[in-house]
Amino acid sequence: MLGREKVLDIVRRAVEYSDADQTQAAVEIGESSLTRFANSMIHQNVSERNGGLAVKAIVGKRIGYAVTNKLDDDSIRAVVEKAVSFARNSGENPDFVSLPKPKPILEAETWDQRTADYSPEDRASAVGGLIDEGKARGASAAGLLNNAYAENAIVNSLGIEAYSADTVARMQTVMTAGDGFGYADRISRRIGDFDTVEAGIEAADRSVRAQNPDAIEPGEYDVILLPYATGDLLEYLSYLGFGALAVQEGRSFMKLGEKVVGDNITIWDDALDPRGIPVAFDPEGVPKQRVDLIVNGVANALVYDSLTAHKEGRESTGHSTGGLGTYGPMAANMFMQPGESSLDEMIAATKYGVLVTRFHYTNVIHPTQVLITGMTRDGTFLIENGRITKPLKNMRFTDSVLRILSNTDMISRDLVRQSCTVVPAIRAKGFRFSGTTEF
Amino acid sequence: MTVTGGHKPLRDLTEKALDKVRSLGASYGDIRIVEQREEAIEVKNGKVEGLSSESDYGFGIRVIADGAWGFASSLDVSPEEIERVAEMAVRIAKASASIEHEPVELAPVEPAEGKFAFGLKTDPFEVPVEDKIGILLDADRIMRETPDIGIAEGSMNFWRFDTVFASTEGSYIEQTKTESGAGIAATAIKEGEVQRRSYPGSFGGDFSASGYEFIEAMDLVAHAERVAKEARMLLDAPQCPSDVRTLILEGSMLALQVHESCGHPIELDRVFGTESAYAGTSFLTPEKLGNFRYGSDIVNIVADATCPGGLGSFFYDDEGVPAQRVRIIDEGMFVGYLTSRETAPRIGQDHSGGAMRADGWNRIPLIRMTNINLEPGDWTLDEMIKDTQKGLYGEMVGSWSIDDKRLNFQFATEIAWDIDGGSLGQVYKNPTYTGITYEFWGGCDAIADEDEWRLWGVPNCGKGQPGQTAHVGHGVAPSRFRNVRIGVMDEPPGEVESAEEEEGI
Repeated sequence: MLGREKVLDIVRRAVEYSDADQTQAAVEIGESSLTRFANSMIHQNVSERNGGLAVKAIVGKRIGYAVTNKLDDDSIRAVVEKAVSFARNSGENPDFVSLPKPKPILEAETWDQRTADYSPEDRASAVGGLIDEGKARGASAAGLLNNAYAENAIVNSLGIEAYSADTVARMQTVMTAGDGFGYADRISRRIGDFDTVEAGIEAADRSVRAQNPDAIEPGEYDVILLPYATGDLLEYLSYLGFGALAVQEGRSFMKLGEKVVGDNITIWDDALDPRGIPVAFDPEGVPKQRVDLIVNGVANALVYDSLTAHKEGRESTGHSTGGLGTYGPMAANMFMQPGESSLDEMIAATKYGVLVTRFHYTNVIHPTQVLITGMTRDGTFLIENGRITKPLKNMRFTDSVLRILSNTDMISRDLVRQSCTVVPAIRAKGFRFSGTTEF
Repeated sequence: MTVTGGHKPLRDLTEKALDKVRSLGASYGDIRIVEQREEAIEVKNGKVEGLSSESDYGFGIRVIADGAWGFASSLDVSPEEIERVAEMAVRIAKASASIEHEPVELAPVEPAEGKFAFGLKTDPFEVPVEDKIGILLDADRIMRETPDIGIAEGSMNFWRFDTVFASTEGSYIEQTKTESGAGIAATAIKEGEVQRRSYPGSFGGDFSASGYEFIEAMDLVAHAERVAKEARMLLDAPQCPSDVRTLILEGSMLALQVHESCGHPIELDRVFGTESAYAGTSFLTPEKLGNFRYGSDIVNIVADATCPGGLGSFFYDDEGVPAQRVRIIDEGMFVGYLTSRETAPRIGQDHSGGAMRADGWNRIPLIRMTNINLEPGDWTLDEMIKDTQKGLYGEMVGSWSIDDKRLNFQFATEIAWDIDGGSLGQVYKNPTYTGITYEFWGGCDAIADEDEWRLWGVPNCGKGQPGQTAHVGHGVAPSRFRNVRIGVMDEPPGEVESAEEEEGI
């Protein structure tokens, strides 16, 4: 690690070297290591030390942007010069008002020394333990174990100075037992928060239960979505509609004050909540604010970066996506309000339905309807008379996330942390499966 | 193409790295030093939203020690850091080997030495940005002259890759490649309906391993008005009906069809399960090689890394294996995979097909598509339409999804026209089609000829963990498919609630 002052020095110098009207410099420096396994062996095992300095220069309403991963003084001067030169030669962006001004930044729990220090031998040992549990159950393991740290600093010519040191650890596994597949993943700022072997057991047990799947006809079914799948639905809401730019351009489903999903659905974004992946500030150096996106089914508020906020005469909520932000701000620390059921109670209350572990290769068909399609994967089961009775072959679904969340009648009381979301399992009525596959 | 002995300071660094990994007990090692430069321009609704430059430099060392892989990389291209990273790569390999494994064995490759560069007429990095912005703003202005165009946008992207590859087996290869791409899109928005048209393809347009001459030949401005008018027309078009019909696909949509339903399932690493936790595996398992009917007997597909202008073209892959042209589908039969030095011997081949590429210095090479090309047939698109009594003609990619063995797919085109009695008629919005890969290709009964064959560039193929993005190519001509299910979930049964009520799927 370079430490706070050395990292801040890079971006302070970049801003100092600029003769643009306004300048923002952001740097990220860190290491990421990832052990990947398949067929119960480590087959890829990598580590990288990387960094990047991004300079945004503003001349009038013209914006230039340049990035380099060379961090010596000559390269810093060169990247600033490039950004300023681009700003002078670019066209105007009339929507630009100003870079953000400084605001107090709250502390977030982002660092864990053990995660930063986790070694190749530590990763191999943890992966070996997971593989052994799979083998003991007759399952072959694939997946990854990743640990990383990064130092981030942002300075702009209006006085913003922000620094953070972050760690992240994640694991993911797909176990294969014959023609059965099972999945589990974990993510946290602290590697000690999860047990790789326990996740392996979850996936292996699921793969064993998923063997010899039957096919059912496409159609409407009541479904129970495990949190792995619920998280995907929220990510599409964010991607397609929670950002202010999507609303300003008329491509969002969010009509503020109108009911968009069921009364029992409340979704907010809170990057400071340690139950998620905490982040103190966004890539513009603006402190993260909690935003209550959907309250009791009603579209309530949007997330903003400085460009979209200034267009409406308001302040950024700290949801810039960095770079030039041409896609607009995004909510990436979302929470869904838990319900009162356990997963077992949801299964017991289902007369005939399908339990979905996770989705695969989902994609948008219609943005304002949040109509998406995708496949089920790694553990799909039939529920009959309140019991899981048999595994199912995977199915394609084509349905609107708004419709699914309007038809959700049970929500689990336990929330599970995913990469961008903290979400429950849900039960939705009349979920639309549109096709089948052969496995 | 020229041949030299290599840049001396870099050669000193590569030799230092290779000496170090040998001394630490690695049985194989290679190092890649990569410098990448990118320029991107984005224009939206009369504004220059993005004008950016990115440069990236570093090296990665890949080794086999104790029969297992290790890889480490760094942005600091210095003798001291090369020493540290070489040690880390070997340490990581030994950690990989600490759990039960099968020793890695590589197919042999002849060591190569030389310096190679693709030719180009006009260096895109030398063209003034004002000229590039001017073209995009002109197209943008024309698109916004059409009512209801809520978003007019255009973009250009340029890349240059300078790569040095050296291995403990004696290869030292320098390669330079430049790529250019551009596109425009108009999104019509009215009363909750959103419809988009693009040119020359969707999601950024088209891309080629060429210079700025590729952009000039597109003539973006000349297509702006049509693109906007078609987007607006879609707002009031009826929903694509749900039916089983003959489907004719235009080239850029067919390029994606080839990519998803042929390119990915022939990646031999997927077949052997090494992507199973992420992208998935493949239905094209090894026992099918040479005796599985993938498509009709007019379907011929090659993986060709030698195509001029292909994003998937190179002189040597990132294992130092020379570029090749490999037959994949021969008269409908599945006959070949994309392979690497590690995977080729496992299907009894004595050499790699040369498909290993890495997304930069900080990633290991994986099996990636080269240019996966559907060979031309002997029809024209006009003849195909005239020869179709009841069908659908779809243009450009709307969305895509396919299962993790690459069997069940569902794609959407931006626009479709009804074909009735051999002529194009009614325009439909939200067209979708779905099928099972080998059934779909089995229904292919017409492919346009070489005059309509075009090599498309796809710069956003994702694979691997940590994630890697590959630039790949697909040469195709418009083609016809029989008995395809179109219009998925046109009128879903049951009560429609919430936002769908007003928008009506």
